[in-house]
Amino acid sequence: MFGDYSIGDLGAIFAMQGFAGLILFSVYVLMALGLAIIFGQMGVINMAHGEFMILGAYVTWMTSNAFQSFLPALFPGYFFVAMALAFIASGSLGMLVEWAMISRLYKRPLDTLLATWGLSLILQQAYRSVFGAREVGVELPEWMMGSWQATDAIQIPINGMFVMCLTILITIVVAYVLFLSRWGRQVRAVVQNRVMAGAVGINTEKVDRYTFGLGCGIAGVAGSAFTMIGSTGPTAGQLYIVDTFLVVVFGGAASLIGTIASAFTISQAQSTMEFFMSGSMAKVLTLLAIVAILMLRPQGLFALKVRK
Amino acid sequence: MNGVLMSDETKKGLKSPLRRQLMMGMAAIPALAMMPRPSFGAGPATSAVNTTGLAVTDSEVTVGILHSVTGTMAISETGSVQAEKLAIEQINATGGVLGRKIKFIQEDGASDWPTFAEKAKKLLVNDKCAAVMGCWTSASRKAVLPVFEQYNGMLYYPTFYEGLEQSKNVIYTGQEATQQIIAGLDWVNKTKGAKTFYLLGSDYIWPRTSNKIARKHIEGHLQGCKVVGEEYFPLGHTQFNSVINKIKLTKPDVIYAIIVGGSNVAFYKQLKAAGIDMSKQTLLTISVTEDEIDGIGGENIAGAYACMKYFQSLDNANNKAFVSAFKKMWGEKTVIGDVTQAAYLGPWLWKLTVEKAGSFDIDKVAAASPGIEFKGAPEGYVRIHENHHLWSKTRVGRAKADGQYELIYETADLVEPDPFPKGYQ
Repeated sequence: MFGDYSIGDLGAIFAMQGFAGLILFSVYVLMALGLAIIFGQMGVINMAHGEFMILGAYVTWMTSNAFQSFLPALFPGYFFVAMALAFIASGSLGMLVEWAMISRLYKRPLDTLLATWGLSLILQQAYRSVFGAREVGVELPEWMMGSWQATDAIQIPINGMFVMCLTILITIVVAYVLFLSRWGRQVRAVVQNRVMAGAVGINTEKVDRYTFGLGCGIAGVAGSAFTMIGSTGPTAGQLYIVDTFLVVVFGGAASLIGTIASAFTISQAQSTMEFFMSGSMAKVLTLLAIVAILMLRPQGLFALKVRK
Repeated sequence: MNGVLMSDETKKGLKSPLRRQLMMGMAAIPALAMMPRPSFGAGPATSAVNTTGLAVTDSEVTVGILHSVTGTMAISETGSVQAEKLAIEQINATGGVLGRKIKFIQEDGASDWPTFAEKAKKLLVNDKCAAVMGCWTSASRKAVLPVFEQYNGMLYYPTFYEGLEQSKNVIYTGQEATQQIIAGLDWVNKTKGAKTFYLLGSDYIWPRTSNKIARKHIEGHLQGCKVVGEEYFPLGHTQFNSVINKIKLTKPDVIYAIIVGGSNVAFYKQLKAAGIDMSKQTLLTISVTEDEIDGIGGENIAGAYACMKYFQSLDNANNKAFVSAFKKMWGEKTVIGDVTQAAYLGPWLWKLTVEKAGSFDIDKVAAASPGIEFKGAPEGYVRIHENHHLWSKTRVGRAKADGQYELIYETADLVEPDPFPKGYQ
């Protein structure tokens, strides 16, 4: 298929294709981080993850409208405010949900699957009733649209680079919080042995609530960022949920490194294969490969040794 | 949950003060302004116009509306529900059908095909609806078709679709695939000198069948033209960077895109972000109406061409009256896409057919349908073909940043519907 093209053309395409893979990688990491924290650290299967993302997207949409009406001069920078608000909104809703629902189900982990799935349906219909059934268009500031012309032939989407930077930043913050801060140590203590952690004076309820809130908040930020590349509608969260679970499960549920490694593997496989064959076929092959690997290694790519 | 919770639009539709607003909006239609206040119950005797036990009384006739107002398809079907309610209100305001007021029963298909079939059965068997306006996706239509044929109902189906179907019990008020596709390809070949085409689509029956017709036409009927790529993506796919790179590599004259749903938004946003300038790269789509542009954002798709039969911006008296009545009823901000307009035709075509047949009986309505003309259609004159599809014009519009299409081209004559095109299968 490359016979007809010059070396320069091909070089440019491969460079852009490399970036496409990296952008997809960042998108996957960003999607999966929130879920990885909740699923990995708490063992809760949060089926409403997509809806927490969409809450972030709707918050972004409202912020964008508010800036256009009241602060048009600051519109170019609204996105940063929107992301902060998205984090707060999704995080607070997450804490509320944890208090009202999840905290009652820690002894029945499989029931959380059903409960959060119900929650996702309720949230979808709530969005539909509040914001209408139609998709909303989030207007972006001019500087975030278009592409950066690296050379004559190479164009890199600006929103893609934005997502990449955001992902790196959030990953670093999460890694710091979980592995180096005092609170992170408490979280890990609770994960490893809840009873003992309580006995040494850790408020396990509070740790659970904040962990769940953090995971949901990150989902909100991801949703906010995805208004740049995807749609915002009541059921748009469903577009992401399958890929998100795929990344987390394939990586090994309790491992942050695993999530990143798995996002990298899946995104590179997907984006490379999509270049050489049709989108549907690429997806089929990716899924088949994942199924095969999970059969050989059910615990995922990276598994922590946890005392049961 | 679907029975309990209703969307905004549904609630609005049930309020009666709308009726007065509507009457005001209707003043725009001169013929209607002269009408006296409608009085119902003056039509022919019920026993004469209803011999099969439909829900027809001396003063009322019941029809069904069957769309998804919950679930994923609510995004698309909301506009159709709104248009059908508007048409019914307008018909009632001008005296109803055979002197009877139209009463509607609305059911929610909930974006779930078995639910559609079940609700269709309820509308036909329990409610004895004289006609049903409904369905949007081909899957939902295929699910209800056996129900309509078994219980002998009448369905008015609004969406443009892949063809390969014809039924006594269905009137297809949208375009079938050849009507929508061929004229557009001819136009882009002639005026843009396009020779190479890259076909894209979501992975299900409508885009695949449509692209098959497009490919046959490009390779068989257009001189020296070829397809340089053809690709499908799972529904809900959100990452298009790889295919955009492929498009950059193959440099087709035309990107022919039939992507639907949430994927649509992702595709156009990423196309724009990848630096593809639609003023230089021709893109022709048959799946983006004004409704979809709302979600995509006008600035992301400005410059793309769409090929269908109706645009909200059409400049004719019928359409102006329709658009202003629609906005009065549903709000200034609502937009009207191709399918919404086709849905609006359903109740009107049914009324005209019933009046020609002089009866509500399904068999008589089905038999009277071919040849029915509707001169008041917003898209302009339409007529029902022997095969129960509509003769209609095909138009090409160019998307503007404000979310509207500017009309670029329309076929001189009505295009004949051909649901089983020879040489295209």
